[in-house]
Amino acid sequence: MHRTGALYGQFNTLEQQKDTASLGMWIFLVTEVMFFGGIMLAYAINRHTYFHAFAVGSNTLSIQLGTINTGVLLASSFTMAMAVWSAQTGKQKLIPMFLTLTILLGFIFFGVKYVEYAQKFHHHLVPGRNFDITYCVNNPEKCEDIDAKDLNIERNEIEEAMQADPDLNAHAQLYYSAYFGMTGLHALHMVIGAGLLIWLLRGSLAGRFTPEWNTPVDIVGLYWHFVDIVWIYLFPLLYLIDRHK
Amino acid sequence: MRTASTANARPALKMPEKHYLNSTYGIRSWLLTTDHKRIALLYLVSVTFFFFIGGFFAMMIRLHLLTPSGYLLSADTYNRMFTMHGVAMIFFFLIPSIPAILGNFLIPLMVGAKDLAFPKINLLSWYIYIVGGCFTLYSMVTGGLDTGWTFYTPLSTVYSNSAVAPAVVGVFITGFSSILTGLNFLVTVHTMRAPGMTWFRLPLFVWAHYATSVVMILGTPVIAITLGLAAMERVFGLGFFNPAMGGDPILFQHLFWFYSHPAVYIMILPAMGVISELIPTFARKKLFGYHFVAAASLAIAVIGFLVWTHHMFLTGQSTYAAIAFSFLTFLVAIPSAVKTFNWTATLFGGSISFDTPMLYAFGFLGLFLIGGLTGLFLGCLGVDMHVHDTYFVVAHFHYIMVGGAVMGYLGGLHFWWPKITGRMYPEWLARIAALILFVGFNLTFFPQFVLGYLGMPRRYHVYPPEFQVYNVMSTAGASILAVGYLLPMIYLTWAAFFGKVAGDNPWPATGLEWTTASPPPTENFEVTPVVTWEAYDFHNRPDLGLDVPVGHPGVVPAHGDD
Repeated sequence: MHRTGALYGQFNTLEQQKDTASLGMWIFLVTEVMFFGGIMLAYAINRHTYFHAFAVGSNTLSIQLGTINTGVLLASSFTMAMAVWSAQTGKQKLIPMFLTLTILLGFIFFGVKYVEYAQKFHHHLVPGRNFDITYCVNNPEKCEDIDAKDLNIERNEIEEAMQADPDLNAHAQLYYSAYFGMTGLHALHMVIGAGLLIWLLRGSLAGRFTPEWNTPVDIVGLYWHFVDIVWIYLFPLLYLIDRHK
Repeated sequence: MRTASTANARPALKMPEKHYLNSTYGIRSWLLTTDHKRIALLYLVSVTFFFFIGGFFAMMIRLHLLTPSGYLLSADTYNRMFTMHGVAMIFFFLIPSIPAILGNFLIPLMVGAKDLAFPKINLLSWYIYIVGGCFTLYSMVTGGLDTGWTFYTPLSTVYSNSAVAPAVVGVFITGFSSILTGLNFLVTVHTMRAPGMTWFRLPLFVWAHYATSVVMILGTPVIAITLGLAAMERVFGLGFFNPAMGGDPILFQHLFWFYSHPAVYIMILPAMGVISELIPTFARKKLFGYHFVAAASLAIAVIGFLVWTHHMFLTGQSTYAAIAFSFLTFLVAIPSAVKTFNWTATLFGGSISFDTPMLYAFGFLGLFLIGGLTGLFLGCLGVDMHVHDTYFVVAHFHYIMVGGAVMGYLGGLHFWWPKITGRMYPEWLARIAALILFVGFNLTFFPQFVLGYLGMPRRYHVYPPEFQVYNVMSTAGASILAVGYLLPMIYLTWAAFFGKVAGDNPWPATGLEWTTASPPPTENFEVTPVVTWEAYDFHNRPDLGLDVPVGHPGVVPAHGDD
């Protein structure tokens, strides 16, 4: 199909084209809700069945890093909204600026996530043969990034949980399956989002987005907000199950 | 009234000079096309390829079961054969068949649009299908997989020694092709309709695809995440479905059937849509109860999401849950029956002709009836205990899938072949092929109802000698069925190049797709059409050349019997 200016050949009017694009994105987001819904169901059932293991697992996460990332993502949603607003109101110079900020915040998120994942590998908290929920408690010298006070609390929690659930080590792996599954999928969506943002950035530097035609900014914005909302759910589900202190 | 003399007086039909097939040439013009009609043909080729792969596995199964001790394959190979038969047929043939080929070709034509809403995404979904297909083919040629098409855990994730991971990844990837197709259809129906094409003037084919698309976009993501988790479990050792870690294999079955039961409706609803087009055309009569048939499609899509655990009555789930799901299963029979009754009522007082597409429609009606009613046996808790995992189940779903979906698919392919290629298939050969199919199908699968009721379990590679006579019948039927499938493939291909030129509207039928040239131009319509008639209305359509006098009941000798 040919393109005549901003209008693609299969459409008759710009309005029809814009409605079509945003309806398409909303329907895509519905499929995404179902997609994440499946893994959230698996999470909910396992959390219900193995509450102690999930509580202990949750407490081994770093709440500082999680909170920082939540803030980073909320800020990126704000800058994304500003990019959409700039495109709609024709503030040509602001669009690339806000897009760049959004991309930057996305990369900060990746950086923090990298630190978190690396920590989990060092602490033997990746599901599999070497998984050991008591690793840090038993080898405090290998986990110097956790301070002694927190480790003590962790030891008590694990001992208590062991009494309620002797198979804690196996079930904590389910928690970490959920953790890596959910945050991994979320991160994958962020990577795709970052790619889309870079594509938008190129378009905005070329001055393609005007108040008359800014559909790509609009629908990528929808996608980015959706990915943020997923994190808003993941944060309490994974980090705040049974916060000590 | 059209008489032989006026038909003879008509000048010889000619192909249009420029159409979507000859507008551009070269391999790139096909592989990079965004024309929904060409993408439909790309799907036609690739889906047919998988159909014959699946058919090959089916033949191996049937040959093996010719004798009670099974002389052809080892037990292990037999497991792989029925698994790969299921995977190829369900995920790579049945699910994309009618939507991705006929739906893709026809929906923009039927709603009066120049293309689907997202032509590039349409092409993307074909590529995704091909990539997924390659993964699955890789699994097939590197030893195949033996888990059954349901990939039940922990067999698939922990114990199976076959190439499970590439097959699961392949099905996972192909799912996104289906999601994007569904998304494209939904948006197209919402925003791309021509002026005057109101919701209740849409052909029921479009309504059926709308309902199908709803199932595709709500169900497919769930199987995607489920198979994704199963693949990660096999490769990286996550534990959701692994009892050794405290995970729950039944959870996999719930998530799997949450998609895979509605997937049955992805296969049958489009076929119902085809039948809704065929019956009014060849009964030369407005479809009885248009609104009810449209609503029944949506009702099937909605209720279809609420019945999944009837596949799991014997997993030890709560009896109360089983009762509720059994009731909901019975409920889904109501909209299906509404459709069947309305099609039958349409025939009443119609001027029926027995062209090939109509033969398929009749085949569909009878076979779907048997398949649907035996579905109620299976939804009934007591009977299900008895026939669960027997050949009764196999026969039931083949009556729906092959007797229903494939009959609808072939009927639709014949009906729209003149529109797709501009040429007519050989009518008598096609009628004989339809008959061969019908006979072969029943001979293959009816004995399996008996086998199942007598207690022969499915998926076994040997059986007690007293079952042999039914198995021999079934195998004999399968060979007839194979002829019935090869014939259309050969003569339809032949007709695409050498068939008689068909003209714009050879039947004639009432849909908007028949008002444009055959084959249609790349942009579908010379000018955007304006719709002023109701669906399936033969009376107010002088352009059809039927010349029904005012006040005449409209019973006109139908095409094809002259």
